Amino acid sequence: MSGANDPYDPKQVAALSAEALDAAVAAAREAFAAAADLEALAAVRPAHLGDRAPVPLARRELGALPPAARADAGKRVNAARVAVTEAFDARRAELEAERDARALAEERVDVTLPWDRSPRGARHPLTTLQERIADVFVGMGYEVADGPELEAEWFNFDALNIGRDHPARTMMDTFFVAPEDSGLVLRTHTSPVQARTLLSRTPPVYVVAPGRVYRTDELDATHTPVFHQVEGLAVDRGLTMAHLRGTLDHLARSLFGPEAVTRWRPSYFPFTEPSAEFDVWFPEHRDGPRWVEWGGCGMVNPRVLVACGVDPEEYSGFAFGVGIERALQFRSGVGDMRDIVEGDVRFTEAFGVEL
Amino acid sequence: MRVPVGWLAEYVDVPAGTTVEELDAAFVRLGLEVEEVHRPAEVTGPLVVGRVREIEELTGFKKPIRYCRVDVGEAEPRGIVCGARNFAVDDTVVVALPGAVLPGGFAIAARTTYDHVSDGMICSARELGTGEDHTGILVLGTGGEGPEPGADARSVVGLDDVVVELAVTPDRGYCLSMRGLAREVGTGLGVSWRDPGAAAAPAWSGEPAWEVTVADADRCDRFSMVALEGLDPAAPSPWWMRRRLAQSGIRSISLAVDVTNYVMLELGQPMHAFDRDAVRGPIVVRRAREGERLTTLDGSTRTLSDDDLLITDDTGPIGLAAVMGGASTEIGDGTRAVLLEAAHWEPTGVARTARRHRLPSEAARRFERGVDPEMTVAALARAAQLLAEYGGARVVGALVDVDTRGPRPSIALDADRPGRVAGVPYPPAQVVGLLEAVGCAVDADGDRLAVTPPSWRPDLTDPADLVEEVVRLAGYDDVPSVLPTAPPGRGLTETQRRRRAVGRALAEAGHVEAPSYPFVGVPALDALGLPDDDPRRRLLLVRNPLSEEEPALRTTLLPGLLATLARNLARGRRDVALFEHGAVFTGGARAAAPLPGVDARPDDDTLAALLGAVPEQPWHVAVALTGAREPRGWWGPGRPAGWADAVQAARLVAAAAGVQLFVRPGEQAPWHPGRCAELVVDDRVVGYAGELHPRVCAALDLPARTSAMELDVDALPPAAVPVGPRISTFPPVFLDLAFVVPDEITASHVESLVRGGAGELFEAVRLFDVYSGPPVPAGSRSLAWSLVLRAPDRTLTAEDVARVREGIVAVVEMQGITLRSGGA
Repeated sequence: MSGANDPYDPKQVAALSAEALDAAVAAAREAFAAAADLEALAAVRPAHLGDRAPVPLARRELGALPPAARADAGKRVNAARVAVTEAFDARRAELEAERDARALAEERVDVTLPWDRSPRGARHPLTTLQERIADVFVGMGYEVADGPELEAEWFNFDALNIGRDHPARTMMDTFFVAPEDSGLVLRTHTSPVQARTLLSRTPPVYVVAPGRVYRTDELDATHTPVFHQVEGLAVDRGLTMAHLRGTLDHLARSLFGPEAVTRWRPSYFPFTEPSAEFDVWFPEHRDGPRWVEWGGCGMVNPRVLVACGVDPEEYSGFAFGVGIERALQFRSGVGDMRDIVEGDVRFTEAFGVEL
Repeated sequence: MRVPVGWLAEYVDVPAGTTVEELDAAFVRLGLEVEEVHRPAEVTGPLVVGRVREIEELTGFKKPIRYCRVDVGEAEPRGIVCGARNFAVDDTVVVALPGAVLPGGFAIAARTTYDHVSDGMICSARELGTGEDHTGILVLGTGGEGPEPGADARSVVGLDDVVVELAVTPDRGYCLSMRGLAREVGTGLGVSWRDPGAAAAPAWSGEPAWEVTVADADRCDRFSMVALEGLDPAAPSPWWMRRRLAQSGIRSISLAVDVTNYVMLELGQPMHAFDRDAVRGPIVVRRAREGERLTTLDGSTRTLSDDDLLITDDTGPIGLAAVMGGASTEIGDGTRAVLLEAAHWEPTGVARTARRHRLPSEAARRFERGVDPEMTVAALARAAQLLAEYGGARVVGALVDVDTRGPRPSIALDADRPGRVAGVPYPPAQVVGLLEAVGCAVDADGDRLAVTPPSWRPDLTDPADLVEEVVRLAGYDDVPSVLPTAPPGRGLTETQRRRRAVGRALAEAGHVEAPSYPFVGVPALDALGLPDDDPRRRLLLVRNPLSEEEPALRTTLLPGLLATLARNLARGRRDVALFEHGAVFTGGARAAAPLPGVDARPDDDTLAALLGAVPEQPWHVAVALTGAREPRGWWGPGRPAGWADAVQAARLVAAAAGVQLFVRPGEQAPWHPGRCAELVVDDRVVGYAGELHPRVCAALDLPARTSAMELDVDALPPAAVPVGPRISTFPPVFLDLAFVVPDEITASHVESLVRGGAGELFEAVRLFDVYSGPPVPAGSRSLAWSLVLRAPDRTLTAEDVARVREGIVAVVEMQGITLRSGGA
């Protein structure tokens, strides 16, 4: 050990030589690199960073140097110490990363395994389609009106200008309810809601009425005795057929895309005059773009307004009805009516909770 | 209405080259829906007119056979074997020569049959695809009459003719005739056309043909009649008439009957032919006496109502006016003298009679929809002319014409009204022009029009009807598209929002919506084991059900839902969770619904009676489950659906509806008596849920343990506005408590005791274990609860928790429940 006042003797302080320090750093680097895992790294640490390791030992020799040489040697020792420490930290980080990666790799799972432990349910597309149509109108300020499926004949026929002996009454294929004088039928259309609405509100009236209706048709690929319509009714000052067309065009676009428009054919309904049946241009039809028959419409017959206590000289109105089954058939490419009515879950599940 | 286009073209100058598609489009534009286009059957190869020269009867075969020599316009007649017998020498027939192919790919070749070479075939209407008649071959003419032999037979038999089948709406009765369609199509195509009803009647003279009295002028405002004699009863109807009748879907019967039918199709005026020699004494048109009887042409004897209108003679009824003739005066094989009747009957009376006697005849269909009263004499003249030409008949005596019609009223119309309705500014001149095209007489005083509709348009009674004519003929395509502005709406009602929320909640919880038809039969209710006095057995019956097995309206959703469940199982599905929501129909005695007039709003009492007569139709929701509620998978076995899933469905519904549901044990068909939950909201029973009774599963062939829920959504009280809780940020204390609970005390009861006992520090509670077996004594079970306690303003101390625990124990012990273990 050199004393403070000893003359400078490079041999005595060989540990502080650049060569010695470089060798110590190199040895440390080599040892760290050779450590295969964190345990091995921990095992070699004392030999290079412990109190008895070459660089710390060399540091102690600094005092033996003459002041003139001390600063220079101090820098060398520090640099060596930093180099060894950094080599150690780097190798440790590397090994930790390897360890973590290995652990995560071991935890790998097959993320494609199914986890459908809670079955998915579905709402029937007839329900969701009715709601969707109603929502289009609610968005325009309309309200949704309801009426009973089992209805008074007066609302289903008389109030709608379908007289007791009118051929249209027999053509409706009506289910009548016992006893014979009950005056009750299963409603043949949603139009009685028009009369109910006009009798319970004062104009302006803007309503839609989705619901179930009945005709005595046997179930087959294209008919069902129980089906659904959405009725629309607007009674206000100054309403014209142009407003009716605008409304139907808007509905068509909402359901069938921006290209959809309607086309009218003259027809006859006792409760509207003029009357039309209308087709909708449906570009997405599975058999190619085409006109599809969809519903009936017209200007509310002034006789209906009178029967419901509305002054036809002051107010006019329009009404329309669309078939939900029909819309579902062409919008969703459903070929057979029975699939819609039989309640097979495979059919309904295809439509999910919203349409 | 089947319209042979060739017939229509006789009256309308359809432009040359007009395609069937263009004609179809024109019909549609006019409001005449084209239901079907019948194109002529395909016949290729030689099909010619032939005339029978010789007939040799062949014998010795199983049936009589004829070997004919037929002139087909060639040098020598051809030999043809034929099995029909309805023809004679010199008859004109249709012959398919070898090389012809008839409809259905029936190729004709010369072949040997019945020991003779048959060099072609004499055809029946059915073989040609032009009609259904196969009782004999098609005879085009007799005694050398008819087209020349060798001529192409295609146009002769109507193979060149297209038949368009139209759906005529009930307001357009005049379109049930060629005459009405000629006007419509001529106007619609903008081409010239002729009115086949415009011909003037000949000046028949002499004594009136018969004595006629009309005793009910309200129901019959015109009755016209002529008499004819000298009709050859054997004279056949000409082939062109039979062809057009066949194209129109009407069977050929005899000349006299065919002529009346033909004229009806041509002019729209139904007619009736009486055997004059069978009519006894003067004809009286009167109402029937209640119970009077008439045997109609179809052979059935009908008991009449005093609302039926009759044509009578001295013997009594000889015809049900406008609907069907009587058997006693029917034209027969020997009829040589006929009375032809054409009348105008009041539509609604005809409709009632036709409906009462279930006789929807062609005549009744036209009268119900309105027939032109101007046509009676024109129709008689046309029929008389045809019977003279083809049957040798001549008119005797003068026309009878009892005409009590009043003047036709005019309708006041503002010339700008069509424009106001359509949103299209039609110039007044256009309005007048279009109304005149319809046949109206228009008297204009400035913009005020007095419009008298034509006699054939009884449907035009209101200004609105005239508006439709103007807009329709101007073209609906002219109406622009303008979106109106509705006043602000209130959105969906609470009820509507609730129905949607309920459906969505069940669907999102894994149930599939399955709406079913609301028809039920008593056996379905028996299968559910409903007791005799169950209100669900009070059914409303449909008078004309589609199926006699299901004649009533449902009072419960379960029969339909369980049938759908069974259908899914039958199709191989094993795990099914279904729901349905919709109306059920409450039975029970109820006052009949009134039928007030429609000239004004019903008064308040009548309206209340109307609304009150309609039975209540509460909105129910039901769920049915079977198989696995959670499927088996690589995670382990599945979980079978059971009573608890059904009860949970009710809880989901209540939560979606925003109401507090209370569940207690119940007993109700069709549920298992030990596994039935009564669903209670605000002390009112709103439904039941649980496992179905084993007998019900057996009766309906459903798997054991099938579970179901049904609940009356309309019985739920309105949801309260939810109150936001104050959220404490102090730490919670978790306290687990297990109790030994006697079996007769329900978990929900214990839970309510625990909540109450916990007092104001209560935050949440959850049952986490149910155990029975040693060491828990028999007759009891262990229920373990996990409580969360929290104070709004401080951290809880051990003393707080001990106090809560003691409070709960004190409360439950009063009910015979003991603490098994528990601590924070």
